[in-house]
Amino acid sequence: MARTVWDSTVGKKTVMAVSGLTMLLYLVVHMIGNLKIFFGAGEFNHYAHWLRTIGEPFMHYEWTLWLIRVVLVVAVVAHAVSAYQLSRRDIKARPSKYVHRKARTSYATRTMRWGGIILALFIVWHILDLTTGTVHSGGFETGKPYQNVVDTFSTWYGNVIYIVAMLAVGLHIRHGFWSAAQTLGVGSRARDRALKTTANVLALLLTAGFIAVPVGVMTGVVS
Amino acid sequence: MKLTLRVWRQKNADADGAMSTYEVDGISPDMSFLEMLDTLNEELILKGEDPVAFDHDCREGICGACSLVINGDAHGPERTTTCQLHMRSFSDGDTIDVEPWRASAFPVVKDLVVDRSAFDRIIQAGGYVTAPTGSAPEAHATPVPKPDADLAFEHAECIGCGACVAACPNGAAMLFTSAKINHLNVLPQGAPERETRVLDMVAQMDEEGFGGCTLAGECATACPKGIPLTSITGMNKEWLRATRKAGKR
Amino acid sequence: MTSYADYRTGGRIADTKAPAGPIHERWDKRRFEAKLVNPANRRKQTVIVVGTGLAGGSAGATLAEQGYRVVQFCYQDSPRRAHSIAAQGGINAAKNYRNDGDSIHRLFYDTVKGGDFRSRESNVHRLAEISVEIIDQCVAQGVPFAREYGGLLDTRSFGGVQVSRTFYARGQTGQQLLLGAYQALSRQIAAGNVEMHPRTEMLDLIVVDGRARGIVARDLVTGKIDTYFADAVVLATGGYGNVFYLSTNAMNSNATAVWRAHRRGAYFANPCFTQIHPTCIPRTGDHQSKLTLMSESLRNDGRIWVPKAKGDTRPPAQIPEDERDYYLERIYPSFGNLVPRDIASRAAKNVCDEGRGVGPGGQGVYLDFADAIERMGRGAVEAKYGNLFDMYQRITDEDPYRVPMRIYPAVHYTMGGLWVDYDLQTTIPGLFAIGEANFSDHGANRLGASALMQGLADGYFVLPATVNDYLARNPHKDEVDSGHPAVQEVLAETEDRLNLLLSVDGDRTPDSFHRELGELMWEFCGMARNETGLHKALERIPQIREEFWRRIKVPGTGEELNQSLEKANRIVDYLELAELMCLDALHRTESCGGHFREESQSPEGEAERKDQEFGYAAAWEFTGTGTAPTLHKEDLVFEYVHPTQRSYA
Repeated sequence: MARTVWDSTVGKKTVMAVSGLTMLLYLVVHMIGNLKIFFGAGEFNHYAHWLRTIGEPFMHYEWTLWLIRVVLVVAVVAHAVSAYQLSRRDIKARPSKYVHRKARTSYATRTMRWGGIILALFIVWHILDLTTGTVHSGGFETGKPYQNVVDTFSTWYGNVIYIVAMLAVGLHIRHGFWSAAQTLGVGSRARDRALKTTANVLALLLTAGFIAVPVGVMTGVVS
Repeated sequence: MKLTLRVWRQKNADADGAMSTYEVDGISPDMSFLEMLDTLNEELILKGEDPVAFDHDCREGICGACSLVINGDAHGPERTTTCQLHMRSFSDGDTIDVEPWRASAFPVVKDLVVDRSAFDRIIQAGGYVTAPTGSAPEAHATPVPKPDADLAFEHAECIGCGACVAACPNGAAMLFTSAKINHLNVLPQGAPERETRVLDMVAQMDEEGFGGCTLAGECATACPKGIPLTSITGMNKEWLRATRKAGKR
Repeated sequence: MTSYADYRTGGRIADTKAPAGPIHERWDKRRFEAKLVNPANRRKQTVIVVGTGLAGGSAGATLAEQGYRVVQFCYQDSPRRAHSIAAQGGINAAKNYRNDGDSIHRLFYDTVKGGDFRSRESNVHRLAEISVEIIDQCVAQGVPFAREYGGLLDTRSFGGVQVSRTFYARGQTGQQLLLGAYQALSRQIAAGNVEMHPRTEMLDLIVVDGRARGIVARDLVTGKIDTYFADAVVLATGGYGNVFYLSTNAMNSNATAVWRAHRRGAYFANPCFTQIHPTCIPRTGDHQSKLTLMSESLRNDGRIWVPKAKGDTRPPAQIPEDERDYYLERIYPSFGNLVPRDIASRAAKNVCDEGRGVGPGGQGVYLDFADAIERMGRGAVEAKYGNLFDMYQRITDEDPYRVPMRIYPAVHYTMGGLWVDYDLQTTIPGLFAIGEANFSDHGANRLGASALMQGLADGYFVLPATVNDYLARNPHKDEVDSGHPAVQEVLAETEDRLNLLLSVDGDRTPDSFHRELGELMWEFCGMARNETGLHKALERIPQIREEFWRRIKVPGTGEELNQSLEKANRIVDYLELAELMCLDALHRTESCGGHFREESQSPEGEAERKDQEFGYAAAWEFTGTGTAPTLHKEDLVFEYVHPTQRSYA
């Protein structure tokens, strides 16, 4: 069965849908957590610490977090590899373009492909910036996430990269959520409006929720 | 009406093609697009040039033979087949680009003629009900709820023209394939082969080198018969269901 | 040299295959008497089927299911595109689901009467019997027929009958039935039982030792001319309405297969019986390349009228009720707008000839839905005829919900075709003709929704049974290969013909000749024919033919996709067939069905048959291009439906 799924375009799209929805779920949680920053360094840092202790005493320190990370890595890899393979196939299926170009024909497709690439690059930067601190702008300190975030958003490029990426997230979710519903076969004419609305609302909430943090730093609400 | 046409000319499958420019005059708004091309061809023949080859047959929008991309749109600006597109949709002095369907699964045969036999092979993979002649029960033995019959009909309307593939940025044949799967899978007569049908047809579709669906929706916009995009959703659902069932076996 | 019109009357011809006895037992009896081929031996026998419409598609699929090796051809790029797909209205079957008095016998009766008593009773009865099985078969294949809310099949009524026996799938019945046959055929292609050759056109028939043994066909993409051999050949190549240039046929529908078979010895029966369909969209100008039919089912709810006054050019809405002439309802009160096609067409021609026609050139009558919309509501009309209305609006740019449709008759179907016996075998042993390509079931006029019925009856049920018998009695004999002198001769002839077409390099296009021939035929051999006109046509056709071979211009080569060459080659055959049609029309000095001779009409202008003189099917034998053919008469015996003057008043 796994073979059938992976070998088929429809199956690979299913992999994309499931991995995409997994990441979407994570994003919702992540965004809610982020908003804690507006309640001060204490609460935010405490939340960050709690993330490492979820499931204790059953789980050891950071086990749950690593479990989540593994699931996420699997989702990202599955999503990206499927997307890459499907895109290659799509491009091969349509090797020559029409002489008479129409912009709209590939809007959604382009948004997803380029958006996806932007997001992949962003994730790398984001981890190196705020998880490992490798490319962090200020003096990165483990266990002080509040200060680390403020540092990042005190640079112009930190804000630009982040905000552009969050807009890409919004566009990606907007088409991706609805798309996943179609791929998983839950779309229908009756449900189409509801699905599209949900996709738009999710996209808007997540983008706004994530962007609130750099805006907060820039305006001095968070400092 | 006087028009400038830029038409894709390609001697045969192996030759390189290019756009050629032609002027046509005295075009009536009541002409169909193909009758306008007939006019051009009559002139070309008399000039000793090779007329433009294009597929066409019934010229009433049902056989699915005609297949032109006009100004970047499969079947042109109206939601209909090329043969039912009339010149009143254009204005005097317009320049019109005419190209063949583009997809690697639909290689160009000559000029505007492409090879769509991949569609036939998708149907051969499972787009039928196994009901050999003589084996049929009385027609009223199995009532079919009207909504199901209507839904099946809506999908059965597909004329197999390939506009969906031509319009799709990925050269995907999902709408064509899903239309047939939905038509047959909705009906009680199609139920016994419900799972093998969708699995085999989707596998054949992939085999033919069609792209995948990114739900751009261009296929449903181009479809002259209005097969809805939800048709693809229905196929995905059938495919997942069949895969789950196959996994259990 | 004698003139073409001086035909010779040869020996009578008779169908020897229909068993004697009560008519409802004949088909059973024939099937029982038919010899069978051992299933193990079927694989060794090859049947060629040319055409993939309702008849060809269903025949190919069924023969393959039976175990024969089938080699099938179509000129289209896919077997799914045959012109049966364009049939709109429906398919008749004597199911009597409505309990409205229908029966096999009534369908049989209606068809014989509708055909104006020029069809063969045994064949028509068999058709009525099989009609019932066709619906079962198609439903089992997943054909989405229209249904009632209870889930059972819906029916509607059609011209020439008073029961509701027409099954339909909105306005696309032909499409749905054809897809059913195509899908069954596809299954056999996948199973390796059918070798399918799309984009391949039959150009001649191979007859060896008096038997049909194969065909010569051209691959339309590469231009390669090849030979294909078989133990039996089935022609399911449709009708020849495109002789008229403008018709409701597909642009590439053609008569080459049947005409070439005729030239090789198959008799051609009743070539002048052509059906002019009353409800087509009128032509708009000289650029017109084909005519579009509006389903006859529209006459269920639409009312046909013209202004009472001549030359009344007011818009229809401004013509008051009492100044309108609902002429069909007036002349034929009991059938009203649902009279058979030939009658409705002629009536339209008459009112237009009187100067009461509407629209540009006065070549049209109104088909008005105002009353239906008022009675049923717009929604109900839309549900029933929506796609037809859309099609009309697309072509004419007029909204039929607000302005009455304009319609005019157009060539639609040809009842004539290759002469076949009860087994659907032509006069060449091993050559069968099914569907519109044969002549057998519709007499001089076909009733609406009967073409689909006949095509599928022939393909699914009749042919597979009778081919069995032929193959069993004529088991696989010596192999024929391309080295055989008879084969070489046919191949050379075909190649020479195409080369000649390419080499003339004249100054007229194929279409210009086709159009000229079509106009001539429409004028003199169309809805009304008379002796003077037919003589004129017979004089003119050889002249056009001569000019054709002098002035035709076909660009390109034979070794490529060359649509001009395809066209020109088809016109060669039209130019001969047209002559035979005119001669047949000339010799039949009676009026019957679609064949209306102005010399033979009642004082009221109705067609007058002469049963004593013309109660036969005219089967013509080819004797050479332009030379007088030989007529063989098949006497038609009516044991069950006694010929009366048709009355629909």
